[in-house]
Amino acid sequence: MPEESMPKEAAYQVINDELMLDGNPRLNLASFVTTWMEPECDKLIMAAINKNYVDMDEYPVTTELQNRCVNMIAHLFHAPIGDNETAIGVGTVGSSEAIMLAGLAFKRKWQHRQKSQGKPFDKPNIVTGANVQVCWEKFARYFEVELKEVKLREGYYVMDPEKAVEMVDENTICVAAILGSTLTGEFEDVKRLNELLTKKNEETGWDTPIHVDAASGGFIAPFLYPDLEWDFRLPLVKSINVSGHKYGLVYAGVGWVIWRNKEDLPEELVFHINYLGSDQPTFTLNFSKGSSQIIAQYYQFIRLGFKGYKNIIGNCMENARVLREGLEKTGRFDILSKEVGVPLVAFALKDSTKYTVFQIADNLRRFGWIIPAYTMAPDAQHIAVLRIVIREDFSRALAERLISHVEEVLKEMDTLAAKTAETTATVDAAQRGKPAKKSEREIQEEVTQYWKRFVDRRRTGVC
Amino acid sequence: MVLSKTASESDVSIHSTFASRYVRNSLPRFRMPENSIPKDAAYQIINDELMLDGNPRLNLASFVTTWMEPECDKLIMDAVNKNYVDMDEYPVTTELQNRCVNMIAHLFNAPLKESEAAVGVGTVGSSEAIMLAGLAFKRKWQNKRKAEGKPFDKPNIVTGANVQVCWEKFARYFEVELKEVKLREGYYVMDPVKAVELVDENTICVAAILGSTLNGEFEDVKLLNDLLVEKNKQTGWDTPIHVDAASGGFIAPFLYPELEWDFRLPLVKSINVSGHKYGLVYAGIGWIIWRSKEDLPEELIFHINYLGTDQPTFTLNFSKGSSQVIAQYYQLIRLGYEGYRNVMENCHENAMVLKEGLEKTGRFNIVSKDEGVPLVAFSLKDSRRHDEFEISEMLRRFGWIVPAYTMPADAQHITVLRVVIREDFSRTLAERLVLDIQKVLHELDTLPARVNAKLSAVENGKNGTVIKKTEMEKQREITDFWKKYVMERKSNRNKIC
Repeated sequence: MPEESMPKEAAYQVINDELMLDGNPRLNLASFVTTWMEPECDKLIMAAINKNYVDMDEYPVTTELQNRCVNMIAHLFHAPIGDNETAIGVGTVGSSEAIMLAGLAFKRKWQHRQKSQGKPFDKPNIVTGANVQVCWEKFARYFEVELKEVKLREGYYVMDPEKAVEMVDENTICVAAILGSTLTGEFEDVKRLNELLTKKNEETGWDTPIHVDAASGGFIAPFLYPDLEWDFRLPLVKSINVSGHKYGLVYAGVGWVIWRNKEDLPEELVFHINYLGSDQPTFTLNFSKGSSQIIAQYYQFIRLGFKGYKNIIGNCMENARVLREGLEKTGRFDILSKEVGVPLVAFALKDSTKYTVFQIADNLRRFGWIIPAYTMAPDAQHIAVLRIVIREDFSRALAERLISHVEEVLKEMDTLAAKTAETTATVDAAQRGKPAKKSEREIQEEVTQYWKRFVDRRRTGVC
Repeated sequence: MVLSKTASESDVSIHSTFASRYVRNSLPRFRMPENSIPKDAAYQIINDELMLDGNPRLNLASFVTTWMEPECDKLIMDAVNKNYVDMDEYPVTTELQNRCVNMIAHLFNAPLKESEAAVGVGTVGSSEAIMLAGLAFKRKWQNKRKAEGKPFDKPNIVTGANVQVCWEKFARYFEVELKEVKLREGYYVMDPVKAVELVDENTICVAAILGSTLNGEFEDVKLLNDLLVEKNKQTGWDTPIHVDAASGGFIAPFLYPELEWDFRLPLVKSINVSGHKYGLVYAGIGWIIWRSKEDLPEELIFHINYLGTDQPTFTLNFSKGSSQVIAQYYQLIRLGYEGYRNVMENCHENAMVLKEGLEKTGRFNIVSKDEGVPLVAFSLKDSRRHDEFEISEMLRRFGWIVPAYTMPADAQHITVLRVVIREDFSRTLAERLVLDIQKVLHELDTLPARVNAKLSAVENGKNGTVIKKTEMEKQREITDFWKKYVMERKSNRNKIC
């Protein structure tokens, strides 16, 4: 820490200038998280920046706005609440916290059941697909629950409901399905999972529930695919989480978790705080935090309404389609993402002998685009993909420009690869007849190339 | 949690101010509206409703910062669309966090070599920081027990009964038993002697608080360290200490640099501090620093391939805003050591002004110490006629939010009012508050005490006359009794923050 103060203008300038070297959030095509909101909302955000959300007694309106959001989202997910019932749910800092809270509730409920039946309760586990986002692994590791992963396979990049149900045993606290897989944007077949699990529960009597991680898909399916049954319409789904800061169209820092009803949230986990004089039940990991994102979420709900969200997500899907068709037209890519799902395009090279998707990603950075490349989770680690996420602020013009840049990069890499092949051929011809004597440099290059490909293949676990 | 009470029907509509101009349908409260509305209307509706929220700067109950310089507000707004966890995309923001961690570690005298990077992380607040620290202790202890072949299923943690609620959350969510050292009248923090007595072989750590929530006092971490070193020598259990410096961490180094409470004490293995309290940043940032790499088990750290690069992380939250981290860095370089010291000294000065003003009324006992967090906790010398809760309620009329609460076990009979002095609480405000408190006292003096009426009724009865209470009086007595009963019960679950 510096010993002396400095003038505020200087402090501002120094930090501002250094931050110029950060990437441009809006060109970050790797992230689902919202990067643009209307100026009116920015105004509300700035006005609320000094409100500590947890001071519920001091800021009752802000608390009420959170409650309204919870109710709205619960109704969106067809929670079976009566007319006079309030929804059970809470705003969190993101889906990570939401998932930890949901997992905690499942764990505690399961422990009670085991205890009351006089069975051991020290080895809980959770069944998910290998395509889960890292926060599930965090939950498992921090809360001492075993993670049983259903492996993927080539061509099937989400959790297979049949295999999942096979893995369920009496220590399973829940099965977690993902609506909007991180890797390919696909929606898992929650309905089928529900059917198979209901049957198994009838046979075993274990009553294993389902949690739906709808971090991305929760604000897509209700608007674009209202007939898709994935939410509380399925009886075994006991809790759902969704990220407000993904397709909820709010800046980073807000998520939501909704429980089916009171029974699914053990009372002992809820703290009753005497906060500044009034009783306030809370169930969150974080305590003090800003109020801005909650207010922004409510703004989006009433500003856009059902139709507004439908239009925006519809536009995203349209732009995703344009991008997908443009990439297919190059004839060089296989498209791994489905048409039904989160608006993103995941694609792999048909032929990756000359160069890999990692190199394409590196080259696209020159144009300013941040596009991640990564390998699939086991057992499909040999597949490497590029993934482009279409957010609200990704217009068709940008999509077309991106396609032209991809084509340019492909051309460049083709010429480069051809030149390398030529040189190798010339060298081979020159060396025919002579004993093969590789220079030190060539050996170094070979070894480096090998290790580079090895490391590239090892990369996995994208978020 | 949702506590809103529904009206008798669903979809109770809010009558929009602009119903006649912009929208045909009123806005529903519980279901998403079907149609969009113009952004100006949305802004206006929400803005108007929020006018009914309290004024953050008059909230004297909270430690959390409510004012920052406009230049910093600018930086905050510019960074609002940066997702902090995109470390590859925003390397400078990540670097700023690392610099903050290093600066704070040095502030706490972490035993680092010249260019060694500190072990620590930015969190959303002290709650997350404490959970991470507790997790690290729990895992370390479990590993130790497994290696010794001993049972590791009943971990516990020793703290004072004055802990903030997040320790209880940690205990409940992570299945650790909380062993609390009870308070007593006149001694409102954890007694190091009693704490060390409670330590057993299942204790994962002893948590001391620098800046108790209730009265701002600093616990004697040095004494705790010395006693615990003694016990560790005898038992060989190696029990460590964690210091919850949520409020005190940004006060002690500037006002009391000689006070040994941090990594200078060998048993202190981790410290948490709230950036959003006396770190002078808006709500949403905390810091946790570990003494060294050994104190953070490697298995808790996740190595994510995030957008292509390896990124080690150990946090509960993932995506979150970058604004507060940048704001913290701004404060650290803008104010520097001297700036923070000036701010803390001013706070302390104003706290003294307030304390003296209250003492001069002759009606209060001051429960907070001079040394500690700049706050004033005071209770009525005589609370038979009116109690502190009534004073708190009446102060609200003037706009002040001053909380009243009872102490935790075993001092539940003591009720206090607490005023927190933040950076933006000037001397004029302090003097005005004293005036308003005097006004309130005058008013209360004129009001008949509820208790008084009862006493006089009893006295009349004693003089031989037959007391015939009217129904109304009986109702009132019963209501008063239940009101006090409920208040006591509420305060017993005292988790003031």
